[in-house]
Amino acid sequence: MMIGLGDILFYLVAGFTVLGAAGVAFSNNIVYSGFAMMAAFMGAAGLYVFLAADFVAIVQVLVYVGGILVLTLFAVMLTHRIADVSISNRSVGRLPALLILGFVGTMMVQAIFRAKWHVLATLPEPMPTTAGIGNAFLTDYALPFELASIVLLSAMLGAVLLSRKELRA
Amino acid sequence: MSIGLPHFLVVSTLVFLLGLYCVLTRRNAIGILMGVELILNSANINYLAFSRYGSANYDGQIFAIFVIMLAAAEAAIGLAIVIGIYQTFHTIDVEATETLRG
Repeated sequence: MMIGLGDILFYLVAGFTVLGAAGVAFSNNIVYSGFAMMAAFMGAAGLYVFLAADFVAIVQVLVYVGGILVLTLFAVMLTHRIADVSISNRSVGRLPALLILGFVGTMMVQAIFRAKWHVLATLPEPMPTTAGIGNAFLTDYALPFELASIVLLSAMLGAVLLSRKELRA
Repeated sequence: MSIGLPHFLVVSTLVFLLGLYCVLTRRNAIGILMGVELILNSANINYLAFSRYGSANYDGQIFAIFVIMLAAAEAAIGLAIVIGIYQTFHTIDVEATETLRG
């Protein structure tokens, strides 16, 4: 069996993603969790490139790594003394959580390998997607696009309102 | 066996399970939000995988962009609430903030 360079790259990127996610889940220090989350997000962006979704990969890097991750790290810095490590205590407990995980994971893996997925016989060649996505946003998805702007505006105002001390009674 | 749909589905399942573990075991509110972000990411991997292997149009990618948008809004609101909790209770341990429990 021949293993191509693309396959090796896929396994590297996938391993990077899963290791980053594992770092988020198992790290004892919330700051390390934040940096492991960066690895998971970058790996996911790499997977999007493998799926011929160049625009979504760039959006992932810009919004997740540039926005959400920085916001999360800011919140960590604002709410914790960094030296304080005793934060990884459990609410459910490790054993019940692992039991739930085993149950759900078994079901999902069974579903993945048993279902007859509708897969195209020949995959289309990877093409630049930005123009097509832009056209879709301005034609078929115009209403959801406008609603998204309203959601973002109200989320921004709500975040400002919630985090200002003097405005809360 | 070359890379196909099941490979991506398995990766997204692993990311989902790790995110679920994070949500279940953390008592730190920011840790729980990180788990939610991982779960949303795994959903995005699924959207794009089905979009690549199951159809020839952009619908899956557009849904992924909407998911990213909602994740950004959710992170902003969630972290604002966390900071509000911290200002009130001086901790973000979700079990210390049970004043509504009867």
